[in-house]
Amino acid sequence: MTKKEALYQYLLRMGDDSLILGQRLSELCGHGPILEEDIATTNISLDLIGQATLLLEYAGELADEPKTNDELAFLRIEKHYANALLVEQPNGNFGDTMMRQFLFDAYRKPLLEQLMQSVDKRLAGIAEKALKETKYHLRHSSEWVIRLGDGTQESHSKVQASLESLYRYAHELFFENEVDEILLNEGIIPAAKTLFPLWEKTVTEVLEMATMSLPKNNWKFQGGREGRHSEHMGFLLAEMQYMQRTYPNMEW
Amino acid sequence: MMEIDIKELEKKFQLKIDKDIRIEPNDWMPDAYRKTLIRQISQHAHSEVVGMLPEGNWITRAPNLRRKAVLLAKVQDEAGHGLYLYSAAETLGADREQTIDDLHSGKAKYSSIFNYPTLSWADMGAVGWLVDGAAIMNQVPLCRCSYGPYARAMVRVCKEESFHQRQGFEIMTKLASGTSAQKEMAQDAFNRFWWPALMMFGPSDADSSHTEQSMRWKIKRHTNDELRQMFVDATVPQAELIGLTIPDQDLKWNTVKEGYDYGAINWDEFWQVVGGNGPCNKERVDARRKAKEDGKWVVEAAMAFAQKRSAKKSA
Repeated sequence: MTKKEALYQYLLRMGDDSLILGQRLSELCGHGPILEEDIATTNISLDLIGQATLLLEYAGELADEPKTNDELAFLRIEKHYANALLVEQPNGNFGDTMMRQFLFDAYRKPLLEQLMQSVDKRLAGIAEKALKETKYHLRHSSEWVIRLGDGTQESHSKVQASLESLYRYAHELFFENEVDEILLNEGIIPAAKTLFPLWEKTVTEVLEMATMSLPKNNWKFQGGREGRHSEHMGFLLAEMQYMQRTYPNMEW
Repeated sequence: MMEIDIKELEKKFQLKIDKDIRIEPNDWMPDAYRKTLIRQISQHAHSEVVGMLPEGNWITRAPNLRRKAVLLAKVQDEAGHGLYLYSAAETLGADREQTIDDLHSGKAKYSSIFNYPTLSWADMGAVGWLVDGAAIMNQVPLCRCSYGPYARAMVRVCKEESFHQRQGFEIMTKLASGTSAQKEMAQDAFNRFWWPALMMFGPSDADSSHTEQSMRWKIKRHTNDELRQMFVDATVPQAELIGLTIPDQDLKWNTVKEGYDYGAINWDEFWQVVGGNGPCNKERVDARRKAKEDGKWVVEAAMAFAQKRSAKKSA
């Protein structure tokens, strides 16, 4: 694998995480528990779609046959999407949505902070822009996890159940393979082992404030990074790709 | 209060209105003025919030990343409009939750256009162009409304609405200059939304129960029919420019009035939709009600948490 191929794969992972999570959140537009939250969720979705636009644009330029970000976003087959399984999980209840977001944000923030030091200046630039947004996302999702965890008995048990279910997907965010090895040696990306303790610290602190406990079940799902997705993914893509598949080769 | 005092206050109030002095929340105002405004502003707020649904329907299926982002931003703007309109209604003493419950029970109305379904991507163009276009016609004069908080909210709303209208027109322009499938999609959306857009201005002046008093109070500055005419005159040339056909065989330029004559509006349809028999009335209100019911435990948790925190602080 060349450095270029590795970077292409890595940008797909990041771009797809943003794209698929942004797509999931956009399903909630108009259905939030309160209007203020509707605005916040839509805003986060918008940020993520914006990040996906930049990341997939860069990826497209590195592809064997150059592609646009729209071609990458809308016209790949399922197993060519490299997002983590966590972000494709359904929205569920509000606690599930916030917990999914929190586990992701707590990983994304330190990743972006370290990517700002990347020798790849373009990636560093994207990271700098995305970090500003992600700091807000993490603050927002942390605050909700704490509120729900330390709110009522009902909200506590609901969000604890969200954690039990989603925690199994979180470790995949630290997946590494040949792609990472190459890019790490080039000084383009940070090592997962430097990110994991930062993620763990945020998660532990927030869960403590939320009076929640870490799941005893330590099972770690993975597969998304290598294109093996959950059953949910096909439906998400069918909806997202509907226009491009039904009306191929048109300008919108 | 003595009747004579009220007469005096009403006189002073009307005098202020006549001199174009803004009425502010703490000023004395007749009960009927307050009620009219609460009704109108909360209806307007509900329209923004319910209006998120037909467009929200296409966010997940937007054809490319740029369109997805623009549509998200638009729907987010609408939620924002809803928020500051509910706040404007609160300055008149309306309770936000009660107002929302009135929407959910069917007591309060919202713009009937949102009871029509959005069936294709072109509907995102048609809604932006026609529905936001009609809303602007209605709302620009409201920037000079006699009630200060409403007028000021409208200034901001109008800026964003005119941006939305241009985006909608841009979607339509792109489709109308595209493939035959895209042109067909655009014309179909235009056919479906043209008449409901004309209905957005409300019943004809002869049948409009609130117009006269609202104009005296300078809540309204133009009658429904005047606004509708302005909309037709502005929109027909835009449709012609991009090659869409107006779905009205009776439409023709009237040189005497220097405006378009247009065909008869189907008021039976209008009243049926207002009364609950539009294609999506039930779905729209159900969706809003479900959002609130599903979110009840979240709001309760947030309140319980806030109480715990303030108890800790004061301890």
